[in-house]
Amino acid sequence: MANDPISQFHLKTLIPLEVGGTDISFTNSALFMVATVVLTSVFFIWATSGRGIVPSRGQSFAEMTYEFVAGMLRDSAGSEGMKFFPLVFSLFLFILVANMFGMFPYFFTVTSHVIITVALAFLVFFTVIIVGFAKNGFGFLKLFVPSGVPIAIMPLVIAIEVISFFARPISHSVRLFANMLAGHITLKVFAGFIVSLSSFGALGVAGAILPLLMTIGLTALEFLVAFLQAYVFTMLTCMYLNDALHPGGH
Amino acid sequence: MFISQALAATEEATNGAPDVFPPFDPASFASQLLWLTITFGAFYFIMSRVIIPRISGILEVRSDRITRDLDETQRLKAEADAAHAAYEHELAEAKKNAHGIAMESTEKAKADSAKVREKVEAELASNLAEAEARIASIKAKAMAEVGTIANETTGEIVKDLIGGKLTNAEITKAVSSLVK
Repeated sequence: MANDPISQFHLKTLIPLEVGGTDISFTNSALFMVATVVLTSVFFIWATSGRGIVPSRGQSFAEMTYEFVAGMLRDSAGSEGMKFFPLVFSLFLFILVANMFGMFPYFFTVTSHVIITVALAFLVFFTVIIVGFAKNGFGFLKLFVPSGVPIAIMPLVIAIEVISFFARPISHSVRLFANMLAGHITLKVFAGFIVSLSSFGALGVAGAILPLLMTIGLTALEFLVAFLQAYVFTMLTCMYLNDALHPGGH
Repeated sequence: MFISQALAATEEATNGAPDVFPPFDPASFASQLLWLTITFGAFYFIMSRVIIPRISGILEVRSDRITRDLDETQRLKAEADAAHAAYEHELAEAKKNAHGIAMESTEKAKADSAKVREKVEAELASNLAEAEARIASIKAKAMAEVGTIANETTGEIVKDLIGGKLTNAEITKAVSSLVK
């Protein structure tokens, strides 16, 4: 079973719970969600507890993360967008830390389950729709009507815009989910090759060096992907929020 | 050859997995959604209530502090500049004053010496005049005495030679006519 690249995505029930016939057990996925939240919160609370004018290392890191996300949000949604900062900051850190947890062998990757990324993407999607209508009323529909388009092809353009708008949560969630899933499967497959090959004697052990090198390279790549996907998810969130605030602005 | 065998081993292992691909297993959705809601909700709460206010507070305090320090620096610099300008001004004033005082004392010394010289000269002149006057008076007195002596002498001579007595007026008249 150790070579099965899919087994790492299995949910294991740790504390069985059931309400009205629905299984809501505390699983390894839930455990790592809790771990993500606890680790991140504890780190940030510890790092910012000094409140120094001259920051300590931890505080400097916390401030850099804050400035990084704030800069991202301000660049795409303007200073008005800063009221969504808690949401964007939480999303970024939650996804980043969950992805990074997934990089540990035998740890569960929360974001490798499509339901999680879909839920987060819909959170953003509905936030955009609700804020868009609350702030702009029906002016929010200007989002689907790009300016400067000839009236003849307007229906076609509007149709495309509407479809792309509703496709957003799908692309938003699948991008993160598929990257994490595929990366972990690839890693596991190559790591499995090492074990399989080395069971074929001396020649096999010598041959196992190739997948070993590959695994090392892929691990580095996966760390990059883990960060990059958190960044991309957050970046897209910022851009979608910008649409809610400035629907005619593109 | 080895690779194909390894692949076969891997595939065998994969075939042992359950029918449903775990990330698409709807049976787990409810539990995951619930726990995501709980954990992400708590995370959002902690972030928005504790951590973000803290960090933004720290950054605000720092930027305020920097602004205040910069203002303070500006103020102190202006003060230093003003002090420097005042010093320069004072120095120029003092130089001017010193020059004035030097000039004044030179003038005063000159005036004093001139006054002293004048006084001395006047004294000398008066002394001279006095001396001259005295000489003149002495001379006049001497001259007058010469006249008296001449008269007396004349009277005596006349008395001895002629044996008569002449009045002073006569003698004086005769003498003065001779002296002329």
